[in-house]
Amino acid sequence: MKKSLGAVAVAAAVALSLSACSGSSSSAEASKGEINYWLWDANQLPAYQQCADDFSKANPDIKVKITQRGWDDYWSTLTNGFVGGTAPDVFTNHLGRYGELAEKKQLLAIDDAVKKDNIDLTAYNEGLADLWVGQDGKRYGLPKDWDTIGLFYNKAMLASAGITEDQMKNLTWNPEDGGTYEKVIAHLTVDKSGKRGDEPGFDKNNVAVYGLGLNGGGDSSGQTEWSYLTNTTGWSHTDKNPWGTHYNYDDPKFQESMGWFAGLADKGYMPKLETTVGAAMADTFAAGKSAINAHGSWMIGQYTGYKGVEVGIAPTPVGPKGERASMFNGLADSIWAGTKKKDASIKWVEYLASADCQDVVASKAVVFPALKASSDKAAAAFAAKGVDVTAFTEHVKNKTTFLYPITDNTAKVKGIMEPAMDAVVSGKAPASSLTQANEQVNALFK
Amino acid sequence: MTTLAKRSRSLSPAPDKPKRNGGLRQLGDLKIALLFIAPAMIGFIVFYVVPTVRGVYLSFTEYSILGDPEWVGMENYTAIAKDPLFWNSLAVTGQYVFLNIVLQTALALGLALLMHQVAKSTIIRGTLLLPYLMSNVIAALLWFWMLDYQIGVVNQFIEWAGLPRVAFFGSEAWAIPTQALINTWRHMGYTALLIFAGLQAIPGHVYEVAKLDGASASQTFRKITIPLLRPVLVLVLVVTVIGSFQVFDTVAVTSGGGPVNATRVIQYYIYQRAFTESDFGYGSAIAVILFLILALVAFIQMKFLKGNESDLD
Repeated sequence: MKKSLGAVAVAAAVALSLSACSGSSSSAEASKGEINYWLWDANQLPAYQQCADDFSKANPDIKVKITQRGWDDYWSTLTNGFVGGTAPDVFTNHLGRYGELAEKKQLLAIDDAVKKDNIDLTAYNEGLADLWVGQDGKRYGLPKDWDTIGLFYNKAMLASAGITEDQMKNLTWNPEDGGTYEKVIAHLTVDKSGKRGDEPGFDKNNVAVYGLGLNGGGDSSGQTEWSYLTNTTGWSHTDKNPWGTHYNYDDPKFQESMGWFAGLADKGYMPKLETTVGAAMADTFAAGKSAINAHGSWMIGQYTGYKGVEVGIAPTPVGPKGERASMFNGLADSIWAGTKKKDASIKWVEYLASADCQDVVASKAVVFPALKASSDKAAAAFAAKGVDVTAFTEHVKNKTTFLYPITDNTAKVKGIMEPAMDAVVSGKAPASSLTQANEQVNALFK
Repeated sequence: MTTLAKRSRSLSPAPDKPKRNGGLRQLGDLKIALLFIAPAMIGFIVFYVVPTVRGVYLSFTEYSILGDPEWVGMENYTAIAKDPLFWNSLAVTGQYVFLNIVLQTALALGLALLMHQVAKSTIIRGTLLLPYLMSNVIAALLWFWMLDYQIGVVNQFIEWAGLPRVAFFGSEAWAIPTQALINTWRHMGYTALLIFAGLQAIPGHVYEVAKLDGASASQTFRKITIPLLRPVLVLVLVVTVIGSFQVFDTVAVTSGGGPVNATRVIQYYIYQRAFTESDFGYGSAIAVILFLILALVAFIQMKFLKGNESDLD
């Protein structure tokens, strides 16, 4: 028995030493070999595969192995990789996540390399490069793309409702009566007997086509759901951005906006939240169940790809302060602090952030690359496909964007706000109930 | 370990021949026994004992997986006691378990009786097991699409019948009953099979005697079948109740805890706290509480339903 125990102990010790074996590698090894790169968007995989092939051609001693994982698995697999030592050398990073990863020392600061290789940070669209400087003042990524929000609409439905594209381009909104935005939404809503939402006798319980589609409650950011409205009133999610330490869901201005938004479902102009669990909002739009969908620029391909549905894209409405607003979100490529191929990884990240790769991405017309020049090329590529994307680009041009709220504790904030927002948008709780949720959220920062 | 081995050796009686032989043979048996137990034992230790002990330890710490666990004593437990979402998850899980177990056991018992007395064809008996052969996630997704509010086939039928569409997964009132029914559908065949095995173990002569005494069918069922089936029923209940408390996959691939908190069952809440919000200490503490609840439930079932005794003896 003693012997067998000893054998077990030896085996365990071997296993331990094996798992602990992560010795430092020499600099020669760090600059060549195979590096692993992860991303989550399958639509972008072909573009980045081409970048990787081009990169390997220019750097024959480095191979890039790309792995695509769906969003739902992406972050848990990545975290497991950090703990188990199998994380990719380079990965696509999200603003909502990187603060925590940087704080936990899982990301490699690349300031030295950026300085040494003279990366021109002003070549990126304004603000994108700054997003990736952490609370400690160090840079944890180079920007790769950006997105804004726009209104996708069904051209045939607008035509039959007598609403012109010019009207769509000049929509106004306010939290009191919803402005022309609500008027258009009401007019586009049609019940089963053919009555429009603004006509007497409209049956709000038997709606055939909703004026506005609904994606969900929007949890903490409301990126595509309500932030393009709430943030036109001068409200913002946090006291400062990035790295705010106080959330503002208790602001009466915000709660008034949310009250108006939830009211749309009550009036029958927007589907009830409970009916949106399941089929994706874009698919129900394609099935003719909604006339307008507010959604992000990363969905352009999806919306314009449906057969038999003519889709137009309008900018989000002008708010009470006389300006439009759109959340401005951007992704970046970051390097795992535990990489053994540090030099090769830096080279790859710099290549991904360079015009060489971003022009390739632009030519595929799937997303807007972070570099200004490449963004323009992407817009041209979209235009060549017959899609007018000015609704998205004009937000950047006119500086009507606000940044995705970057703070600590984003996962916990989302955990609190998701049910709270669902309760408000579904009409189960008044917008004033957000004050209590806000207290819970702000308690995380004490 | 060494000290233990030494002590046991010194405690052994003075060696005299026959005894020593016996001792040696026992030792030989021990080796063989260990060999046979080893595969199960290693699995048990590596996959159950170690994670359980570690989980209990983590429940007293603050641990975000990246970095080291930090000892915080009872802090997680006192926070849980004041956490409305935890109490909500208990209530939601309780509702699910109640619906699931009552329906599943009743239907399975009925099916088992049918299998025992009417449906003797292997094909029919096998067919009853089909839903169980499907993975939980597939079964959940299948129903998720069939029951979809906008494009689901079930709602199409409901509309043809002239009734309003039902948001099976989106409405707070329907979300838990829907998922309880889906898992009832998936598990009842398997549960029926277990009960069916119990029915077959009841000797036929007791039924013959009952018949001779003029007992009616319902009397036979109440006075003979149920009492003699009790040990199997208790086992089935213990296993299915524990399984039912663990509901996670169905929720995770369909409603994801919502609408609001209507399907935030305890396992899903643990997952959310630990893996989504990187609060492994808090998640572990809830898991320990769930473990205690399940141990208590199993204990009560065994004790009061006398699951370890059979009336056949």
